[in-house]
Amino acid sequence: MSGPAVIRNGGKLPLSQIPVLTVSDFRRDILDSVSKGARISALFGSPTGENIRLIAVLAWRDTGSISVLSAPVQKSYPALTPDCPQAHLFEREIFEQWHVMPEGHPWLKPVRFPDSEKTSDMGVTNFFQIEGEEIHEVAVGPVHAGIIEPGHFRFQCHGETVHHLEISLGYQHRGVERSLVNGPNSKSLHFIETLAGDTTVGHATAFSRIVESLAGIRAPARAQVIRGIALELERMANHIGDLGALAGDIGYLPTMSYCGRIRGDLLNLTAMLCGNRFGRRLVVPGGVGYDIDSENADKIAARLKSAFRDAESAIGLLWETPSVLARFENTGALSRETAVKIGLVGVAARACGLQRDVRSDFPYGIFLLSHIPAATWESGDVFARAFVRWQELQRSYKFILEQLAALPDGAVRAGENPPIASGHLAVALVEGWRGEICHVAITNNEGRFLTCKVVDPSFHNWFGLALALRGQQISDFPLCNKSFNLSYCGHDL
Amino acid sequence: MNTLSILNLLAGLILAPLLPGIINRTKAVFAGRHGQPVLQTYFDIFKLLRKGAVYSRTTSWVFRLSPVIGLAAVIAAMTLLPALSAPAPVSFAGDLILFAYCFGLLRFFLVAAALDTGSAFEGMGASREVQFSALAEPALLLGLAALARATGSLSLTGIFSASAGPSAGPALALVSAALFIVFLAENARIPVDDPNTHLELTMIHEVMVLDYSGPDFAIILYTSSLKMWALGALLVNVLFSFLPLHGPAAVACVAGSMILLSVLVGIVESIMARLSLLKVPQLLAGAVAISVLALTLVLRFTS
Repeated sequence: MSGPAVIRNGGKLPLSQIPVLTVSDFRRDILDSVSKGARISALFGSPTGENIRLIAVLAWRDTGSISVLSAPVQKSYPALTPDCPQAHLFEREIFEQWHVMPEGHPWLKPVRFPDSEKTSDMGVTNFFQIEGEEIHEVAVGPVHAGIIEPGHFRFQCHGETVHHLEISLGYQHRGVERSLVNGPNSKSLHFIETLAGDTTVGHATAFSRIVESLAGIRAPARAQVIRGIALELERMANHIGDLGALAGDIGYLPTMSYCGRIRGDLLNLTAMLCGNRFGRRLVVPGGVGYDIDSENADKIAARLKSAFRDAESAIGLLWETPSVLARFENTGALSRETAVKIGLVGVAARACGLQRDVRSDFPYGIFLLSHIPAATWESGDVFARAFVRWQELQRSYKFILEQLAALPDGAVRAGENPPIASGHLAVALVEGWRGEICHVAITNNEGRFLTCKVVDPSFHNWFGLALALRGQQISDFPLCNKSFNLSYCGHDL
Repeated sequence: MNTLSILNLLAGLILAPLLPGIINRTKAVFAGRHGQPVLQTYFDIFKLLRKGAVYSRTTSWVFRLSPVIGLAAVIAAMTLLPALSAPAPVSFAGDLILFAYCFGLLRFFLVAAALDTGSAFEGMGASREVQFSALAEPALLLGLAALARATGSLSLTGIFSASAGPSAGPALALVSAALFIVFLAENARIPVDDPNTHLELTMIHEVMVLDYSGPDFAIILYTSSLKMWALGALLVNVLFSFLPLHGPAAVACVAGSMILLSVLVGIVESIMARLSLLKVPQLLAGAVAISVLALTLVLRFTS
């Protein structure tokens, strides 16, 4: 068999059609593809009898297609990371989960420390260190001064300048992927919705599309529109919250206070859709759990308009205040080349000038019909990440109003869900508010999940934050961190 | 020493914790919030005084001594401060040097105590504090030198009871501007520091006192308020030194202006973001330059 199997976003294919390559062909294929513009969306191991089968999911922006290839491995294989840095965290994860050694990996450490006994031989809580007379090390976390999630940050500093930052996560590892095995069952959707609570709609949409694809059903048009509205409401609420938090970090009060309130207003709009501010049980396999009646749609549109007016003036202050711009500009800049190399996604990638947006690159559902242009900025700094958020806010706002005004008729559920196909692989990409969410499921012969891979955008982007800090002032770390605003629990799973 | 001097000192000792409350209330209004009570700092101080203190095992006597010395130093500085024409309880030729270095003593012990904890955060805060005060101190001293030259007096009481004459007006305005920047920097306000942040990596003053608790922290809060009062009162004295106020009116004018100054600080904090730490030295160097200019003007145009 030659060449990888190709599917569309939300497609499935029988396991037998996935090419099984030798490790060296697998490696060469991935490196070739990446050099031609593909990006590793997921790279993981799946058990096949005695062996582990490595599966790579590559996303091709140019053609909007997704290619899948695989290779069986035993104890070890030559690592991809030295030639393809975006694989580095995936390979560490493979090593941790399946004890398959990626030989030549430059920094092989556990990702989430799931089982301290088994991983104690990995050598592992070492941190990359700089030595020298005036070098000092600053350790922050996992317990922080604010009410945020736990994570450990190790800075190698010379005076106030950071030369290296290593981020060590895993404190929130709950075993989400493991608990999805043998699903889908009544708990699966709950685990998906809560794996990163601020991205409930994004992850639930990806998971529902996987189940629908495997079951061979389609969510009705009305449900697709409601899903789109909910996804964009989630994006708006989080982007507004982030812009407010960015203002707070530099001590700029007006935007901070107003954005905090407006974020709540937007979460309340999601609650008007389904009764929950984070959109739990709104998106379900087969459609959506709640319909919008026309009276409710008008009410949501009216409230959205007034909230957006407030947001416009509160956020507008940021771009008009010189002291704010002085802090945002040239802080935590990432180059476009670095962003490509490490496989950045979402807001952080678009802020480096990369056109990476699942909604326009791999459109699905309502985004096939109603395009939201990707918002980009070139400078790659905190300002770019803030300004891209603002541009996206405006576009999401327009999109939601359009969709609310033109809801298609019909049911919102596809009826009873049939059993899912056995021996298949399905991939679904969704542009969550942080970036590309990738779910991959492989089913066994009984039509149950054999492997479920969940890749939150944070998994790709944490390393971007570490690199953005190089050469920066350590006092700017909180600002840079907030400008990425990555999920700890979405990474730790 | 007369009753008016004592009244002036007491006003400072009693009213100082009001200033952070007024600043926070002003910021709350700008942010569209209701805000904390104006008396919050008093509540905090009394709450902390009733609590026990926790000491890290790595700290020594320096850590325990520092709050008390700091408080004593600031009160000593306040006894040197007149209220316009109302004289200070203590005054002698050259007391303006002592005034400036009382704050130096406070800072020395605060920094020593921060280093005493052995924490990376507090070490960073101490290094920033020392770096920035090394620039704020010349601005203060040169400003005081300009005042001394303009009035021909080497004591604060002498400076503010004498009238500098209209020719010193521009110089006084420049000194006021420099002192306002020093006031913001020394009191850890925006744009130099952010007193409300919870982010240790960005803090200057707050991070140095992270390890204090209970009565020690109450003393530190009170000391900070007094420091704000003392430096603020100095600024107010310079600003209104041309007013022919005497007796209780002078004391009332200084106390009332302190409230206005707090509102002004609240407004500054509401309409601008904090500077990057790299830019803070530029701001402080600007304050030094303004003081130098004031001194030059005084040397050139007064005899």
